[in-house]
Amino acid sequence: MKVTGIAAGFAAAFTFYSTTSAFAVTEISWWHAMTGANNEVVEQLSKEFNESQSDYKVSPVFKGTYPETLNAGIAAFRAKQAPNIIQVFDAGTGTMMAAEGAMKPVAEVLSMGGKPFDKSQYLPGIVAYYSKPDGTMLSFPYNSSSPILYYNKDIFQKAGLDVDNPPKTWSEVWDAAKKIKSSGAAPCGFTSTWLTWIHTENFAAWNNYQWGTQENGIAGPNVELKVNSEPFVKHFQALADLAKDGTFKYGGRTSEAKQIFLAGECGIFTESSGGLGDIVKSGMNYGTGMLPYDTESQNTIPGGASLWVFGGKSEEEYKAVAAFFNFLSQTDIQARLHQVSGYLPVTLAAYEKTKADGFYEKNPAREIPIKQMMGKEPTENSKGVRLPNLPQVRDIMNEEYEKMLAGQQTAQQAMDNIVQRGNAAIKEATQ
Amino acid sequence: MTPRVVFPNKILPYLLVAPQLAITLVFFYWPASQALYQSMLREDPFGLKSQFVWFDNFKKVLSDPNYINSIEVTAIFSISTAMLSMVAALILAVMADKVVRSRNLYRTLLIWPYAVAPAIAGMLWLFLFNPSIGSLAYALRWMGIAWDPLLKGDQAMVLVVMAAAWKQISYNFLFFVAGLQAIPKALIEAAAIDGARELKRFWTIVFPLLAPTTFFLLVVNTVYAFFDTFGIIHAVTGGGPGKATETLVYKVYNDGFVNLILGDSAAQSVILMVIVIALTAVQFRYVERKVHYG
Repeated sequence: MKVTGIAAGFAAAFTFYSTTSAFAVTEISWWHAMTGANNEVVEQLSKEFNESQSDYKVSPVFKGTYPETLNAGIAAFRAKQAPNIIQVFDAGTGTMMAAEGAMKPVAEVLSMGGKPFDKSQYLPGIVAYYSKPDGTMLSFPYNSSSPILYYNKDIFQKAGLDVDNPPKTWSEVWDAAKKIKSSGAAPCGFTSTWLTWIHTENFAAWNNYQWGTQENGIAGPNVELKVNSEPFVKHFQALADLAKDGTFKYGGRTSEAKQIFLAGECGIFTESSGGLGDIVKSGMNYGTGMLPYDTESQNTIPGGASLWVFGGKSEEEYKAVAAFFNFLSQTDIQARLHQVSGYLPVTLAAYEKTKADGFYEKNPAREIPIKQMMGKEPTENSKGVRLPNLPQVRDIMNEEYEKMLAGQQTAQQAMDNIVQRGNAAIKEATQ
Repeated sequence: MTPRVVFPNKILPYLLVAPQLAITLVFFYWPASQALYQSMLREDPFGLKSQFVWFDNFKKVLSDPNYINSIEVTAIFSISTAMLSMVAALILAVMADKVVRSRNLYRTLLIWPYAVAPAIAGMLWLFLFNPSIGSLAYALRWMGIAWDPLLKGDQAMVLVVMAAAWKQISYNFLFFVAGLQAIPKALIEAAAIDGARELKRFWTIVFPLLAPTTFFLLVVNTVYAFFDTFGIIHAVTGGGPGKATETLVYKVYNDGFVNLILGDSAAQSVILMVIVIALTAVQFRYVERKVHYG
């Protein structure tokens, strides 16, 4: 009893000591939207950073889903209680960029910390997506991913398909899906998460088709959608036709379809490279491949989220943020983050290290999204997609796709409606 | 005649109502006035640039075909939910009233679902009817029904109506049981002696005497279907497929919190506020006139 009492006394004294010493420490807050295993990574990184030095302390706060976190940040900014760092998902990038006075560019923050931002150290495809047209990096890429193809090897075997060679083009995917369905190997051939991000935005970039004017919004905000052109209509008509007899199965607007694939209902699946963890965990006999294309591949664009720094804080706090970002950029940390979580590495050095370690020989799926993004110099169609109201435009697309898949309209009608409604919404948001 | 209550102290009565007034001011009038002000602004999400536009947001909202669609959706949803939950509750109440043995047990069990939070009720129904894993969805498919609420708007509507109505049955049941108990047994017995059958007794005596309760519940259920079903819709359909289950309240959320168009969203919530005030006024007028019925 006595011993525990003394120990408790020490513990209390220690806590007291450490809280008083905290007055000298600059504390910064980090609002994020990571759940489950990814939340553990956030906690672990913050802990390691706090233990690695004694001047700064970062405290992560979970704020809900991506949209909820963005809303919490906006509400806090309006109430003048903004956090230092906020994690914003890809579709919110345009919203953040439009709020120029509210944010401090990450390139500027990093140079305040004494280590100027060196663009050449970072993966070009990712940095370009989070930079202004003049090349200034605005936010720090934290978790980036890109869509890839997954397939169920057991179902492929049963359907008599080549287990080691997944389909490369969309027409091969449609044929394989039909074969899976007709052979009875599985009740459905193909499913996909995110028809907006994967089958519209990445479909455009990967095939080098124009999604919208102004380099899809990267060059300027007054975008006109071009998704009612022939390749898009053809692609979605194919999906709609396959949906009629259940060869293609719709799961929902975001990641819901993953459950259908995990349940073994469908043989082929397109989903973010970040979804690999759950598929590995399920114990399925799976294979991966590059995202399918029509005739020739260009490069895919990143999804995921980046870290934004709010403006109007003290210089000390910016130094703390800079120190934290420098910590995150270290090769060891980035390589580990990439290997454990499946996010893309942000720096080239981390990619090279992972390669040198022989990690990709055992985990080829991890390298697919990097290869997809680094393959070719981006064209004006494949730098990314950016709108001040991308979530709203994605909503419009989802509504029209759902009506199309339910057989209420053709792909041409759906795409025409998207262009007409989307352009009106963009005009409204940018005026 | 009730005697008039007279407070000799001039200040005390105001002090006594002050806490309630303060709460109303802080939690109702202040946010409501903010919403009113916001509904006449057009601004970016961060509030960096804002412009006072008078009633432009209202004009825009009311001429938006999606808003008209949302009104229709809300009407269908509210009427179906109110009717379904009230009819089911009335049948259960009449049945439970006839039970002699373990009457309290039945009543308690029937009141239970009211304690379930809307979002959880939504998830329950979602699981039961999930096209891939739901047990009831499996049964429906077995019966030859192409069940796919993810793409079929009418099925999605059926699903949210059932979830919303199921949750409200307990509440309605409670009021109907109380209403049934207030009906003098002598009336029913007299009718029985005159040879009226059970169904006849119900339609000519019980149902008319329950009218005040029914009307009260109709208003309460409509308000419920309008405003308290957000959690269910959010969990089950998210307003989809298309815009098939996007009710007025869900649209306020979607435009304000997902699409960040604060002016439109505020204008819609002001319109909703007017609707609630109207519904409450109807209820008050009615309750004042009819509460002493019979």
